[in-house]
Amino acid sequence: MTTSSAAVRVSRTRRRTPLTWIRGGGPANLLFLLPMIVIFGVFSWGPIVESVVMSVQHTNFVTAPTFVGFDNFLALFRDPLVPIAVRNTAYFAVLALIFGYPIPLIVAVLMSEVRRARGLFSALAYLPVVVPPVVSVLLWQRFYDASPRGLFNTVLSWVGIGPQPWIQSAATSMPSVVLVATWAAAGSTVIIYLAALTSVPPELYDAAEVDGAGLWGKIWHVTLPQLRPVLLITFILQIIGTAQVFLEPFLLTFGGPANSTLTILQLIFRYAFQNSIGLDYGKATALSILLALFLALFSVVYFRLTKAWSTN
Amino acid sequence: MTAATVRDRAVRRRALDQSDRGIASHSDWRRPGVWLGMSTVHLILLILLILWGVGPLLWLLKSAVTPTQDTLQAPLAVFPHGWDWSNVATAWNTVGIGVQFLNTIWVAVGSWFVQLLVATTAGYALAVLRPKYAPIFNGLVLATLFVPGVVLLVPLYLTVLHPPLIGHSLIDTFWAVWLPAGANAFNILLVTRFFNNLPREIFEAARTDGAGPFRLFWSIVLPMSRPILGVVSVFAIINAWKDYLWPRLVLTNPAVQPLSVRLPNIQSQTDLGVFLAALAISMIIPIVLFLVFQRLFLRSAGLGGAVKG
Repeated sequence: MTTSSAAVRVSRTRRRTPLTWIRGGGPANLLFLLPMIVIFGVFSWGPIVESVVMSVQHTNFVTAPTFVGFDNFLALFRDPLVPIAVRNTAYFAVLALIFGYPIPLIVAVLMSEVRRARGLFSALAYLPVVVPPVVSVLLWQRFYDASPRGLFNTVLSWVGIGPQPWIQSAATSMPSVVLVATWAAAGSTVIIYLAALTSVPPELYDAAEVDGAGLWGKIWHVTLPQLRPVLLITFILQIIGTAQVFLEPFLLTFGGPANSTLTILQLIFRYAFQNSIGLDYGKATALSILLALFLALFSVVYFRLTKAWSTN
Repeated sequence: MTAATVRDRAVRRRALDQSDRGIASHSDWRRPGVWLGMSTVHLILLILLILWGVGPLLWLLKSAVTPTQDTLQAPLAVFPHGWDWSNVATAWNTVGIGVQFLNTIWVAVGSWFVQLLVATTAGYALAVLRPKYAPIFNGLVLATLFVPGVVLLVPLYLTVLHPPLIGHSLIDTFWAVWLPAGANAFNILLVTRFFNNLPREIFEAARTDGAGPFRLFWSIVLPMSRPILGVVSVFAIINAWKDYLWPRLVLTNPAVQPLSVRLPNIQSQTDLGVFLAALAISMIIPIVLFLVFQRLFLRSAGLGGAVKG
């Protein structure tokens, strides 16, 4: 053993030849990397490059793809559905922040103070996350029954509020969609905050008490600053996630009524897979590239702006 | 449970109480005002969490065995005219949810296997074997974390439609879901980090004892990595069960569709009671998995935030 490793060491100082590569375990290294190279090459790196190429091509599978420059992007600016989808997606993102950002934080802070059966609290909060989203959407569709006998409308009638149209009116459809999405996702945010809260060093609270801080003082001066990195990250991740929302509006309202819940990803889906005047892969990839560029730009600006604040 | 383990637990709990403190200190807790306020808030929180977390699911379980007319007329009444167990049998046999149930398991198991294979071999090569070019691949994998999934949708679909080398489409085969599932950079990140933190002296010792790279992988690294393999497995199986858009695109034949794809399609032609029974059947396995492996799930969820952060 010692002689062979000595031989390897000597050969490394000489020129690298195929033989030294084989002796040094090169083939084994490559063999272990092979599944990743094949899978990522075919199903990740390849398609990413391809999507950039396709956005400047016209692809129809009958003739060879032709280079069309920025025609696909220009076609997007002429499509009246694009601004509607952008506005709806932004509306979804803002509502999802209002519903799903502060409340999980409050719940997590309260839960971190629970001294007994904290596991039960966590399990209850997380349970909706493991329900398949298709099931939760189709279940909530039932709850949103707009007739006076519908489940939510029955509950509202107990407190004297008349029946609401929920997903059947353009005014209330988007908040209804966001409510389901929040139900399905809020639990994991709570657990992430809770994990961050339990790793706050207890000495900090001791020190704050020595300095005379009360309960609110400790929350304001210790808990929230300690959570800042996690809060900053969950914010940007939520923006990236909600910018690509698809399932909830697609299954609950199919983008309607009157395109009031048509999101960007649904529009991409329509261009690529549901277009009555022919599938338009070029336009679909062009729109996804624009969305990705916007998110990249947004993240860069966001991290620049919050840099001083997060390393503090 | 023996007396010793009971005592053990009691000791451990007391030790935990002393070391573990939250925002409110132990002396805070001894003040009656704080104690009463906190307890009230926690009780309200518990009730709200029960309504939020279990309420809708209990309603679904109830309605799955309630006659359709009762669910329509009085959704909140509990069995006003008895129950209707035939919903479940009809959903499973006549509507044929049983087929999609098995498909879902098959999709989840295959995705899990491919993800574990790719993540462990790649993690081993990048973190333990560390060839000179490892940083390049590491960078390429991490870079995909910053590409939003939407960019992949159309070209990935075309790749599955015309895969390289194979010569025929993968549409309507499980491979169309299994193989792309393996291209998960998050898994590789988790596994590589874990392997990086394993003590390297053990690898050196094993090598000195004559273990080759394969032996080292199978007999040393994998057995030491059970915690992270559990986390990756939880993510893999639950995500496969939850996925909708991708399987909907590539699995168009009902005979191979998983539940998530089939359910919206049968909704309009299915009796409401039967449909709700089908929904209830669809959520049972993920919920049972969660209840059994609760700790692992919650640790994984917390870890997700830690890694992202």
